[in-house]
Amino acid sequence: MSSSSSDVLLPVDSSIKPPVFLHLGDTEPLSGVCVLDVTLPFGKTVNVEEISFKNHYTASVSMRLLRTGPPSQWVTAVRDLPLMENPHTEGGSQDYCCIHRTQMQVDPDHVISVRLILKQPSSTWRSFSLDDIRILPHKQQDPEKEVSDWLSDLTLADQHTDLEGLPPPQSVSSSLQQMFALTEVMMQSNETTASIGRFHVDGCYDINLLSLL
Amino acid sequence: MDEGSELSLTIAQIVQRLKGSHLHSQIERQAKECLHQPEIKLESLKEDVRSFLKTSGWERQLQNAVYRELHVQLPPSHPAAPPEHLKEPLAYMRKAQASWEKRVLKSLNSMSTELGVPLARMRPAAEQKELSNKWNEMGTDEPDLTSVRPVYAPKDFLEVLISLRNPNHDGSEDVGVRSHWGLIQVPLNVRDIPQLRQAYSELNLTSGQLGIDDHAHIHPDMFENEYVQIGKKVVLEQDSAAAQQYSRQGCPTGLRADLWALILNSTNQPQDVMYYEQLTAGVIQHDLLVDNLIYKDVKLTASNDDYYFVFEDFLYQVLLCFSRDTAVLEHFKYNSATPPKSFIQGKGEDEESAVVYPPNGVIPFHGFSMYVAPLCFLYNEPSKLYSVFREMYSRYFFRLHSISSSPSGVVSLCLQFERLLQTHLPQLFYHLRQIEAQPLRIAFKWMVRAFSGYLSSDQLLLLWDRILGYDSLEVVAVLAAAVFAFRAENLMEVTSLASAEAVLADLSTLKVMPLIQIFLFATAI
Repeated sequence: MSSSSSDVLLPVDSSIKPPVFLHLGDTEPLSGVCVLDVTLPFGKTVNVEEISFKNHYTASVSMRLLRTGPPSQWVTAVRDLPLMENPHTEGGSQDYCCIHRTQMQVDPDHVISVRLILKQPSSTWRSFSLDDIRILPHKQQDPEKEVSDWLSDLTLADQHTDLEGLPPPQSVSSSLQQMFALTEVMMQSNETTASIGRFHVDGCYDINLLSLL
Repeated sequence: MDEGSELSLTIAQIVQRLKGSHLHSQIERQAKECLHQPEIKLESLKEDVRSFLKTSGWERQLQNAVYRELHVQLPPSHPAAPPEHLKEPLAYMRKAQASWEKRVLKSLNSMSTELGVPLARMRPAAEQKELSNKWNEMGTDEPDLTSVRPVYAPKDFLEVLISLRNPNHDGSEDVGVRSHWGLIQVPLNVRDIPQLRQAYSELNLTSGQLGIDDHAHIHPDMFENEYVQIGKKVVLEQDSAAAQQYSRQGCPTGLRADLWALILNSTNQPQDVMYYEQLTAGVIQHDLLVDNLIYKDVKLTASNDDYYFVFEDFLYQVLLCFSRDTAVLEHFKYNSATPPKSFIQGKGEDEESAVVYPPNGVIPFHGFSMYVAPLCFLYNEPSKLYSVFREMYSRYFFRLHSISSSPSGVVSLCLQFERLLQTHLPQLFYHLRQIEAQPLRIAFKWMVRAFSGYLSSDQLLLLWDRILGYDSLEVVAVLAAAVFAFRAENLMEVTSLASAEAVLADLSTLKVMPLIQIFLFATAI
């Protein structure tokens, strides 16, 4: 992930239309395909970093993006990403997932709208959907600063001195550095995850009845 | 998350866990001391120290410690996932576990009130001294236990599992060929025989097994002698992963103690002995109501068992200390259960006076002591026995009495048992169902104890070899189904639950490995 820890990526304001279930003909009571449209406020586009959501019994998801720029068209970013390894059983049914831009087949830039196509072929479940859908915007990298030429002049090689049997200064300094680094590591206070072991509070373990909350 | 960053995260988590551990400080000390040695050169300091640690066996110990952490580590998760989701991803199971726990706590609270016994009290000095003197023979003088009853028994827990429902599950299908005939109604993913054959390939008919090919009438040169030689090498190498792989075909009796300790990375160094001593001090200082549950359980189960009654005192020494061990609280990170909480009297209900009760967060139930009893055959030093038991509980046994969707959890095991039976012995299952003798009602008590107390002890240890070898309790469900398959003819004749129970009452003559092998590899698909 490219963001530094000081930046918090806030999800983009988006509105989610009610899910549309697709049917074949008129008679089926239960549908196995559902379409969710996530639209951005009018006029805004986003470069998507990742889309995260919580699964609710969806077996697989496809994602299509509507991008701007003439002509604005729908492209498929993700095709049939499995969320449940077996659509009939619980594995993955309530997991938190995210789809990163690197997992998408196209660059999700200048996106106006996201369409999620959910599939759940098993009749075992009463309903399926995705909850808590969030779109995180892509943060631009700072352009690399150019190193001025005069800075690089300063790192020219030193003059060669006559050493007469002594080890070259570079190797001595690098091994001294290594030694200092090792002692540094050893001196650092150990942030231990080992438990303390005491179960009482200052020797006292006279407790009330167990808390039922 | 891509694989690269997942791996870095895993490594970072393991490093964090091992930092500050005793192994860490030991390796540091070794690294410092080896600097005096002539072969450590300044220019290649890092590599020389590393190869010293390798040849002196410290790297292997570190490897074993990392391997142990991998066993208990949670898979990398989404940052939005709350901790309870990591313990158990399915909301309805979390809810069921929470209400079950509430029931158990209420029961314990009312026992405390009815008996007039506090949940915990500091022992007066005279009592402490007396207990300290009697430490090795606690079985001779237990308190009055007539009014103590177990907090719950396996069959109470079974009723809770039977009533588990997923609100999103459409179970309205009529009973028919394609529906599930058993009691467990949650659709977890469990493996069927073709998948089990792949996963348990070391158990197939063409591989040698201890428990089959070490039988008296088979010449030891056919399999046993060489297998034991390999085992000795594994113990010499002190390699945890190799020991686990080896254990899949069984552990020789003479090597089993060392192999299991290796697989569980359970050491018995001075600091472990000291830790155990601290726990015994905790037992002597404070008396817990939970201790009465332990006494009662040992008296009701292990003391009545032909194989285990001799270990009664060991069981007290292990279980009473186990209740005081706060290190056990670690396992609640990946256990769907939550440790019970209370507050110090008179200090209000703020977080600072909140404590866990019992200190290890585990309330023993009827039969709990049977998790320890078989281990007494392997280890006679209490601190070592304790160390091995604690690790076995923290990796496997806790799953047998908490509600979770884990593949090794008791719900999955029950479902797997029923599915195997329905798929491969449909006539038997249908018959038992008709006479209202649901198979799970009989098999559940076996599975909850991982068959401890039902099989003869040597057979039980062979079964537990495979639990360790495959790092899964699945083999317990497979054995349960295999037992039904073995006694199928007799079971087809019975006409009531009571007579079905009678047919399956005595498993002490069964040989587990042939049963498992035939069920997995000789059943027609």
